[in-house]
Amino acid sequence: MSKAAFKGGVHPPEHKEATASSPIERGPVPGRLVVPMSQHLGAACIPQVAVGDSVRRGEIVGSVDAAVSAPVHSPVDGEVTAIASSLTTGGGHATCVVITPLAEQDFDAFVPVPEGDVRARVGSAGIVGLGGAAFPSAVKLSPPKGVVVHTVILNGCECEPYLTCDHRLMVESPGRVLAGARIIAETVGAKRVVIGVEENKPDAIAALDSLAGDGVEVRSLVTRYPQGAEKQLIWAFLRTEVPHGKLPAAIGALVHNVATAAAIADAVELRKPLMERVVTVTGRVARPGNYRVLLGTLVSDLIEFAGGFSGDVGRVVAGGPMTGLALADLDVPISKGTSGIVVFGPDEIAPLVQGDQPCIRCGRCVAGCPMSLQPFAIATHANRRDWITAETLHPIDCIECGVCAYSCPTRRPLLQLIRLAKSAVMAKGAAL
Amino acid sequence: MSEPNEAAASLSVASSPHITTPVTCTHIMLWVVAALAPAMIWAMVSMGWPAIRVFGLCIGSALGTEAAWNAIAKKPQTLLDGSALVTGILLAMCMPPMLPWWMAVVSGFIAIALGKMVFGGLGWNLFNPALVGRAFVLMSWAGVLSKLPDKGWFRTLDIPAAGGLDAISGATRLAVAATDRAASGGYGFVLSAQYQPLLWRNLEGSLGEVSAALLILGGLVLLAKGIIDWRIPAGYIGAMGLLSWAFGSDPIFNVLAGGVLLGAFFMATDYVSSPMTKNGKLLYGIGCGVFNAVGRFYGPAPESTTFAILFMNGLAPLLDKLFVPRTFGWVKRHEE
Repeated sequence: MSKAAFKGGVHPPEHKEATASSPIERGPVPGRLVVPMSQHLGAACIPQVAVGDSVRRGEIVGSVDAAVSAPVHSPVDGEVTAIASSLTTGGGHATCVVITPLAEQDFDAFVPVPEGDVRARVGSAGIVGLGGAAFPSAVKLSPPKGVVVHTVILNGCECEPYLTCDHRLMVESPGRVLAGARIIAETVGAKRVVIGVEENKPDAIAALDSLAGDGVEVRSLVTRYPQGAEKQLIWAFLRTEVPHGKLPAAIGALVHNVATAAAIADAVELRKPLMERVVTVTGRVARPGNYRVLLGTLVSDLIEFAGGFSGDVGRVVAGGPMTGLALADLDVPISKGTSGIVVFGPDEIAPLVQGDQPCIRCGRCVAGCPMSLQPFAIATHANRRDWITAETLHPIDCIECGVCAYSCPTRRPLLQLIRLAKSAVMAKGAAL
Repeated sequence: MSEPNEAAASLSVASSPHITTPVTCTHIMLWVVAALAPAMIWAMVSMGWPAIRVFGLCIGSALGTEAAWNAIAKKPQTLLDGSALVTGILLAMCMPPMLPWWMAVVSGFIAIALGKMVFGGLGWNLFNPALVGRAFVLMSWAGVLSKLPDKGWFRTLDIPAAGGLDAISGATRLAVAATDRAASGGYGFVLSAQYQPLLWRNLEGSLGEVSAALLILGGLVLLAKGIIDWRIPAGYIGAMGLLSWAFGSDPIFNVLAGGVLLGAFFMATDYVSSPMTKNGKLLYGIGCGVFNAVGRFYGPAPESTTFAILFMNGLAPLLDKLFVPRTFGWVKRHEE
């Protein structure tokens, strides 16, 4: 089996050993669930329940009539005790339906989604991309007219350090992943299915390979961040670049995360809505592990369930350390896109940079950028607020993987400055 | 162990990425120092006190100038980034052991003050600071650097004659080779008798020319640690060797002699003054080699490394403009 890879990238210490062999176990049933109405890209849902209503596991609590959205379901049997605005992992606020679970829960039972074709079931099950982007999956299953998708790629790279939720899912439920892959391929009419897994997960590759059968290729990839970035993953297998401003469908490819594929299989075959997801809780917690967490569980409840903090805490990140979001408040709910909770000690995080740091032109950001950008130069122009020159260096194409800022020996906040340039250039475009 | 909500009050928040590489600017500079150390120590051992004196004066002058500049300009001290130390060592390595003390001090001052600080400090200079210092001495007191004179304020040194050349009052091997060329109408093609002393113990030249083998060792360390890119030394040494051969001289001698190895591995690879893209680096390396060779065979002085690299330093920003990498996805319109 040949190893595929993209150009550029870095290989930070993986730190996956704490949870890589921890079987997925059920997370807490907290005293209350705070279920956000916006857990996805697209239109936020409108609560479909009122305070005092009793809800059943799998029942819709929020939905909206919009092209790009995903309904939200109650993860438990319980009672709606409040509908209020709450802080989310992203730092913003969202309307949330607060549910107090009943003492007795049957996790095998749920209200099934209505009968219908694959797209309808995936849509009404509220499936979104579980890799972190949280884009509604039903939309991705409906490529624009005239577009031929020939290859479906499942993303099992899990290239972010610390995270192991996809790894464990592939090891423990390879059949669900493969079933999802076949459903996706059949739905979009793709002839080829490739599952890409970084070579640091040989047990996941073996588990998938043993069940793959005809028509599904399980391929190992070089362990290098950001191997799991969509455009880079496509390039690794197809050696074709997704053109600027286009979707992967433009070159006949469709990428779904492995956990999304498993959720799609559950939605189509079992008519099971998305009510929980696997979350890696790791770093400075007493009992690191991979937990099947009810959506709406507060991060504070989840950390307590994982044994609480096990040392000085500097930062708590929702997601992985390269792209995740730092939490200012731990009473925020786990949502569909939360793949991990990583607790860092004060000594483990990137230092906050004071003042201007010089660029020594070492070229590490240029060599590492998976999009072949020149991060040092964009950052310099952003520092001068020279958006016109910055724009010529294509900040819009930045995928915000963080390789540049990670690898800068003088600790220039490169990604932060590129984000600034990106938003300024986008605002300029919008104003025209 | 603390309760999650108690700790929340002190949580640090910043945008991603939340981790960084352990490699800092200081690490990189200290690796360069470590790679230079074998050649530097061997120079001190072989040449004794005069070499130690020049190293001490150049390094001290470089560090002192930077500290004083920052103090006067009321800027944060930058000595700990390690770059002034590297400049001081490199500067000393392209000086002869008999350099008058005040020349060493002046060169260190010029290197840091005019080579780096006037531009705004580390990262902003166009030219390699050590070479700026050397160029200043080269132009101000012509002849001092490529000769080992024996009178006036140059104190004599008890260096045993090596390689059949008179070390005390003689010229460097390159200068001798150039004189030979003038006399005989061309270099002898094979100068293999010179390989051994050049590789291991050459006392007729700058402090950095004592052992080519130790310079190569240091260069390989930097390559293995990923601190320098292979394209610059490969382009430089390749072009130098090839052109020497084309000009009818021994390519191996010409790579081993003079400042070529020090230049190719340690001077031209200076991050700040070299291009950042792969193709730019290769072309820049080749340019250094070409100008070094042309200067050596057709220039007024046999030692042309300094000006070859300084010239290419000046072209580096242009090369960066020429080889802007194509952004991923900016492909020609895809066939629909």
